[in-house]
Amino acid sequence: MRTFTYVRAADAAEAARAHGGRDGSRYLAGGTNLVDLMKQGVETPDTLVDITRLPLDTVAEEADGALRIGALVRNSDLAAHPAVRVRHPAVSEALLAGASGQLRNAATTGGNLLQRTRCVYFQDLSMPCNKREPGTGCAAREGVHRDHAVLGHSPACVATHPSDLAVALAAADAEVQTTGPAGERVIPVAEFHRLPGELPERDTVLEPGEIITAVRLPAPLDGTRSTYRKVRDRASYAFALVSVAAQLTQRGDGAAEQVRIAFGGLAPRPWRARRAETELTGQALTEERVTAALDAELAAAEPLRDNVFKIGLARDLARTVLLGLTRP
Amino acid sequence: MTDTTSELGTGVPRREGRDKVTGAARYAAEFAPPGRLYAWPVPAIVAAGSVRSVDAAAALALPGVVDVLTARNTAPRAPADDPTLNVLQDDDVPHRGWFVALVVAETLEAARAGAQAVRVHYDTRPHDVTLTRDHRERYVPEEANGGHPAVRERGDAPGAFDAAPIRVDAAYDVPPLHNHPMEPHAATASWEDGHLTVHDSSQGSTAVRAALAQIFGLAEDRITVTSAHVGGGFGSKGTPRPHVVLAALAARHTGRPVTLALPRRDLPAAVGHRAPTLHRVRLGADPDGILLSVEHTALTHTSRIKEFVEQAAVPARVMYGSPHSSTVHEVVPLDVASPSWMRAPGEAPGMYALESAMDELAERTGLDPVELRVLNDPADEPDSGRPFSSRHLVECLREGARRFGWEERDPRPGVRRDGPRLTGTGVAAATYPVLVSPCRATATALPGGDYLVRVNATDIGTGARTVLGQIAADALGAPGDRVRVEIGDSDLPPAPLAGGSSGTASWGWAVHEACATLAGRLAGDPELPPEGLTAEADTAEAVEAGSPYARHAFGAHFAEVSVDTDTGEVRVVRAYGHFAAGRILNARTARSQFLGGMVMGIGMALTEQSTLDPAFGGFAERDLAAYHVPVSADIPAPPAIEAGWLDEADPHLNPVGGKGIGEIGIVGMAAAVGNAAHHATGVRFRSLPLTPDKVRAALAGVV
Repeated sequence: MRTFTYVRAADAAEAARAHGGRDGSRYLAGGTNLVDLMKQGVETPDTLVDITRLPLDTVAEEADGALRIGALVRNSDLAAHPAVRVRHPAVSEALLAGASGQLRNAATTGGNLLQRTRCVYFQDLSMPCNKREPGTGCAAREGVHRDHAVLGHSPACVATHPSDLAVALAAADAEVQTTGPAGERVIPVAEFHRLPGELPERDTVLEPGEIITAVRLPAPLDGTRSTYRKVRDRASYAFALVSVAAQLTQRGDGAAEQVRIAFGGLAPRPWRARRAETELTGQALTEERVTAALDAELAAAEPLRDNVFKIGLARDLARTVLLGLTRP
Repeated sequence: MTDTTSELGTGVPRREGRDKVTGAARYAAEFAPPGRLYAWPVPAIVAAGSVRSVDAAAALALPGVVDVLTARNTAPRAPADDPTLNVLQDDDVPHRGWFVALVVAETLEAARAGAQAVRVHYDTRPHDVTLTRDHRERYVPEEANGGHPAVRERGDAPGAFDAAPIRVDAAYDVPPLHNHPMEPHAATASWEDGHLTVHDSSQGSTAVRAALAQIFGLAEDRITVTSAHVGGGFGSKGTPRPHVVLAALAARHTGRPVTLALPRRDLPAAVGHRAPTLHRVRLGADPDGILLSVEHTALTHTSRIKEFVEQAAVPARVMYGSPHSSTVHEVVPLDVASPSWMRAPGEAPGMYALESAMDELAERTGLDPVELRVLNDPADEPDSGRPFSSRHLVECLREGARRFGWEERDPRPGVRRDGPRLTGTGVAAATYPVLVSPCRATATALPGGDYLVRVNATDIGTGARTVLGQIAADALGAPGDRVRVEIGDSDLPPAPLAGGSSGTASWGWAVHEACATLAGRLAGDPELPPEGLTAEADTAEAVEAGSPYARHAFGAHFAEVSVDTDTGEVRVVRAYGHFAAGRILNARTARSQFLGGMVMGIGMALTEQSTLDPAFGGFAERDLAAYHVPVSADIPAPPAIEAGWLDEADPHLNPVGGKGIGEIGIVGMAAAVGNAAHHATGVRFRSLPLTPDKVRAALAGVV
């Protein structure tokens, strides 16, 4: 049996010391993904630092109306939080679209952002995978890749990031707050996950030993509406083929004062559709205009052999979601 | 004997229900003989080839690892009739996932770590796992599964098709599917004084005992196989599977009891699957919808080591009258795992194709789909000319239509729109043969007033134990709670498997005979000896006498679906199945089986598919996160989904009067859903499952 050292940390400083920034160290929160990967031998930590006793399990409202969500707030608690449900329905809906009730009771806010891809080759030790074992190649490129990326991928890796929550947070301009060897810092959720490039083994911009302490969810403008819609192969307990989080604030004349769109299932990270956002800001959201903006956004897509369908699906899904937000 | 009102047919609760929900019921891996070891298999990681060498040093060095079994270090066994059981016998690797080693350790964790540490070196050969319609290795076998002739021809089907005024010519395809019972395949084996005892998760332990006797060269009376409780099988535990051979082998090799529970991820390659089927159906009809010609060709794959041919063109020999008919099976051997039985092998994929084509014919002729089927309902079995013992498909269609509310249906497709959503309804017929096998049973009247019924039946979650108690109580004229039922042990009178929807008919016949004989002997209230009075039954002669009748169960499935034209998502809003399956013996467990079959059919229609990896071999989706069995959210809650049946009295079956209900619930469901999706959208979907990508492509006309 593979053995490892288990440390239960009382605070962030102790956790950081125990972790030490070493390759073989992992933080353990809900464990819903990490423990599975350990069973499969994909993750083989020599040190597990249990951070579940850290005081990071509350949602606090800041003076400007932003919500500071502790990294250890459980997915089910966050989805049910009254302020989240009222002001950020997309976040609540995204959480409830993910996993199962049992998993949401265990999974944490920070852990959700740090879950690994569900690419079947990443999870199978007998297969090449640059993300799991750099330099071995990408099996998905020629293998089975219907679920894989059409945007932001590289020759080294075509995996998607599986989180629903991250997509909704990206559309809400949320920020990840961290503490680490270099001190505290703030990273926009939309820039938290890396595109694979030549280093697919690095999912995020976190430095070794750096720990997520909270996610800051800024207050939306008055009158903002948001929603999350996920398309998958069955009605529950499946990862997104494509998902979209959208947030819209309209002026009195109906034109978009602010529009934010993020896609899931398309890329190695939540894909903020900034080009489409720019084209639509200040405009009335007509079907033609929305379609054109989304087509422009998705023109950069480079589908693989068997996932071309994602591009049209993403466009039609986002169009329906955006137009839905324009109607009372 | 006491006079009671028979409980046969009523919804008697499961006898072991409390044991199951409280955890008292023990499954194969939960038996813990002293000194038990755990095993973990090592699957091949090449698509095809052979083992050159196995380096077990790193595994053996791990704490707790006891041994690593390979073809090189285990005592030879006799080859089994089923090649999939010849594991660790030679170096051949017929497909990815074939077991090439087995690690045995003191703990489950050590066994798993050991398996990850075994290094196997292979010689590989080029592989091919892709079934195509024009594959150059395809051939027509002699037989398809079930002993059906691969080819049956009546008249001149192609000529009649060419001459027919109305023609449907369509191709359908069904992907590989996996049984994935909740309990994985597991066995606990121990050898004591030359006697092998195995607790196995099996659909029939009599056959497991026979296979182990052959493989290990033992007399059957030196082997005991129990299957007291089984967490589902759906055909994948119908015959012995490699895990039970490996557990027995490891126990003999180490001299200690061994438990092997196959990891979920190893099931797809190790325990059989429903092979993919590529169908072509051609129907010729006159303008009134009367069929002139029926042609069904089903192409499937098999492995390189075993020919298993999904008999998907067989139901077309049973369903509809036509003067001309051609039904043909073709198969391609590939570097894939051996396919096997999965709930309604043949009927489930075959009826998807045939009943989809019938829906297309209804549209072409302007007939109501129910009426088209009624019009073509034959008096005798089309293929054999034999009379049906009973049929009642028309009654199922009519009564099902009434309960589903079919009469109000607007036949026009694509007109029920609510925003992006279109809704529609569909119907499909179902059929499944009445199968029965020889069985023995005993019934004993005990001095205290209780009765004991013994038969090696298996309860795979269906309620068999309960139903056999009802049958016995009915034949004895005794209250059910005075009847003890012993099943699930190969030391009991031998019995056939729980499969082919034949268990209750086969076991029930023998139980009924034994109990009826016993009741006759008890008629004069004789003094009972201390060990009780026992009557035996053996139905071999009666069963093998066969029947001059064509005997099949029939049914009708109805579905209402909603199709999101933006996203391609299809949801079943309502589903109803009405069945003619002979006498229904337990209303509660029968409803569960019908509904369970329908749920599985909805999965086949909408969510379930497995992909053979063209680059690396093997199945890509190997856990329940990636292989999408339907979840609760995919299934409407009763009464939006419901099953019903007609009271069918068929005197040509068996003394119990049942036709079998385990499989027919799945048979017409996928076609009903697909036909409803067409009614919703006006577009034909001919490739399962109806996932968003395929639905959107079909809606866009890009098929």
